[in-house]
Amino acid sequence: MSLSRASLLALFALVAATVAACASPGPAPASAPPAQSLAGQTITVYSGRAEDLVGPIIEQFTRDTGVKANVRYGGTAELAAAILEEGKNSPADVYWAQDAGALGALSRSGVFAKLPDNIVTRVDQRFRSPKGEWVGITGRARAVAYNTRKLAEKDLPDSTFGFTDPKWKGRIGWAPTNGSFQAFVTAMRIVEGEAKTRQWLEGIKANNPKAYRNNTAVLLAVASGEVDAGFVNHYYLYAQLKEKGPSFPARNYYPRAGDVGGMVNVAGAGVLATSKNKDAALKFVDYMLSSGAQTYFAGDAPGGDAYEYPLISGVPIHVELTPLSQVKTPNVDLGSLSDLEGTLKLLRDVGIL
Amino acid sequence: MRRGGGLRKPPPPVALWAPAALVSVAIALPLAYLVMRALGAGGETADLLLRPRTLETLGRTVALVVAVTGVALALALPLAWLTSRSDIPLRRVWSALLPLPLVIPSYVAGFVVVAALGPRGMLQNMLAAPLGVERLPEIYGFPGAVLTIVLVAFPYAFLTLQAALRGLDPALEEVSRNLGHGQLDTFWRVTLPQLRPALAAGGLLIALYTLSDFGAVSLLRYETFTWAIYLQYQASLDRAIAAALSLVLVAVTVVILLVDLSLRGRARYHRSSSGAARPSAPVKLGRWRWPALAFCALTVTGALVMPVAVLLYWLAQALHAGEPLRAVWGAAVNSAYASGLASLVAIAAALPVAILAVRYPGVLSALLERFTYIGFALPGIVLALALVFFGANFATPLYQTLALLVLAYVILFLPQAVGTCRTALLQVSPRLEEAARSLGRTPTQAVMTVTLPLVRPGILAGAALVFLSTMKELPATLLLSPIGFRSLATTIWSAADSGFLARAAVPALLLILVSSLPMAFFVIRQQRTRP
Repeated sequence: MSLSRASLLALFALVAATVAACASPGPAPASAPPAQSLAGQTITVYSGRAEDLVGPIIEQFTRDTGVKANVRYGGTAELAAAILEEGKNSPADVYWAQDAGALGALSRSGVFAKLPDNIVTRVDQRFRSPKGEWVGITGRARAVAYNTRKLAEKDLPDSTFGFTDPKWKGRIGWAPTNGSFQAFVTAMRIVEGEAKTRQWLEGIKANNPKAYRNNTAVLLAVASGEVDAGFVNHYYLYAQLKEKGPSFPARNYYPRAGDVGGMVNVAGAGVLATSKNKDAALKFVDYMLSSGAQTYFAGDAPGGDAYEYPLISGVPIHVELTPLSQVKTPNVDLGSLSDLEGTLKLLRDVGIL
Repeated sequence: MRRGGGLRKPPPPVALWAPAALVSVAIALPLAYLVMRALGAGGETADLLLRPRTLETLGRTVALVVAVTGVALALALPLAWLTSRSDIPLRRVWSALLPLPLVIPSYVAGFVVVAALGPRGMLQNMLAAPLGVERLPEIYGFPGAVLTIVLVAFPYAFLTLQAALRGLDPALEEVSRNLGHGQLDTFWRVTLPQLRPALAAGGLLIALYTLSDFGAVSLLRYETFTWAIYLQYQASLDRAIAAALSLVLVAVTVVILLVDLSLRGRARYHRSSSGAARPSAPVKLGRWRWPALAFCALTVTGALVMPVAVLLYWLAQALHAGEPLRAVWGAAVNSAYASGLASLVAIAAALPVAILAVRYPGVLSALLERFTYIGFALPGIVLALALVFFGANFATPLYQTLALLVLAYVILFLPQAVGTCRTALLQVSPRLEEAARSLGRTPTQAVMTVTLPLVRPGILAGAALVFLSTMKELPATLLLSPIGFRSLATTIWSAADSGFLARAAVPALLLILVSSLPMAFFVIRQQRTRP
């Protein structure tokens, strides 16, 4: 056929496709809604937590409450930046962050609505916003992963500060760009003071640590022997144990001295002040703090690999996990970990970032 | 070389400059966003920008760009020449395989390079037993970053060079040989200068791709400017400082574009007299055949076979561990649909720009064509947030629909289509259009009925390039795609980011397969029209 006819067809196809693309899909009808006033509503969740992990429990939430959840998965920081850019037109109702730093930053920007008391008081004061604007849902402890083929637990120093000893030169791995690590440094600044934190950072830097992208990369490097010890979050180990079996050559160590190296950070959520479905959004947060969901997070969830610390009382934890009460950690107000700027300045000054 | 006498050029028709104007508005959007955000930064920004560490990062970035472009061009040129001008055995096989590394996302290539060549990696394990090799040379940092990006980006130059070599008029070389110059001499003095547009086009794409890349440099731990920008978003949500850094990146892009402009030259590249366009006789390699074969095989092995092999290995590990294979067909269809749309729109947007740049040369059309490259150099996260801002606040019905995502893709990858269309257009003589106009066609009709069919290889190449680039795009897809729109790239990221590399294997292999289809189709089509 002549070129003009072909190009007309192509143009028509283009227009048709564009029109189809502009049409936003309608929401799917809720399945068998129980007799609740919230059934049939839809909320939008921005989740910095991985789909593999929280997908199943969100689906369970929909089955139990009849509220449909449209979830956008992405990086915690990118989603927070997007929420700030969206401003008052943000379609998000709930923001579920991987760590409290992002929650604090959004809280300071006035993004969140105040959560009702019966939700926030379910968790300990350490694990929620002092203004009641966000609440922790699960806890993560900082730990030191060590290679079991090269080290025994007794070879490890009593406290995190012991890793500045020159005998650890070239044997340490960390992820200085990772949010959890930066939250940990912020906590150290609060608990131990600016000067001692700077000393620790300079001491580790003098030991030529290897920098990785995130906790998983550190853990895998420890297991492969690339480094002997690394600063990680506790739960990645159990997920790897499940995938690779008990012969996986790494284990967690919580510093005996009970210092900030074993601190507990939280993944938490907040409801946006601009949300048009506040009741359903609050139901979502409430559901994630119920014993059913908390048990899911604590255990070997099908399709998910949680092994996190539940934050409400009365939920059993995985047998391999050291109970939270035995993980000696100093009391750090996680809400104040939003002073990430100060931590970044320190990390840049020392030359780590 | 001067233009001979001919018709005085009328101004470009509306059908050309209207879409081109739309394109420039689209590309201006992220720049406007960056300026707006950067203005909101405090005095600390100037502090940060002038710190020695920032300048070091800038130096590192420039070093990476120069190294990758140089190595990739040095790799692509002999490969292109061997597969289009020599009698190398299995020529069609190499022609089909060598462009394929483009389909491999840089984050997958990064994982693979570390897994294969890193400490305690596969290569070391293979060598450890028989040869007792304890440590391989350090792969992290500059060497690893250069290797990874070269492996996934060299096909940009390979494709442009191959197309140019095929389209070259053999008469010039034959004249040179007749005058007594040897093979090598002819190549240096006659062939290579004619390859300048292709070298510049390919080199430009490679340089800007390196500038915007995040996946490879973050995995190989080499701090570039794009890394610094991501760091700002990750660590402090300080959009003002991130915007300021991004503007510096734009400035570097402009410098690169100026360098390219000066390298391009203004010569004519099409046949000026009558005569049949015919393929040239292949050069006989003789005993050089074996090193040439080894060279091609080595490149294909490193750039294509190695990543696929590592992915298959991970897949085998997953199956061995009893992991159920996730059905990712839905994601594959989504990815293909969005990418298909993006390539259609990109071609529709690229053609006016390319035609304006070549047939109506002038300051404006040249500026516009350069301008499109700025989108290509932007880190994905920057463009994504710019469109989030504009979409949510000014175009709410379009926000988080496929339309805005396609717009993001087009802004990001338009230059690939512009480049191929432009290179193809340069080899078509304007005499043909003038003849059509003198026979009564309007300028628009002349372009549609005469020029476009001749530029078709360039159009198809551009469409294939945009398709595979959008298939593997990640940051804009995460933020702008409709909720619930699973794509292969986000599936891979989701699995790999949690360390479950085995789960990433199936979507990654599927992505490579699906992305390869248009490219393979295009290459096979090329084989049929020219041997």
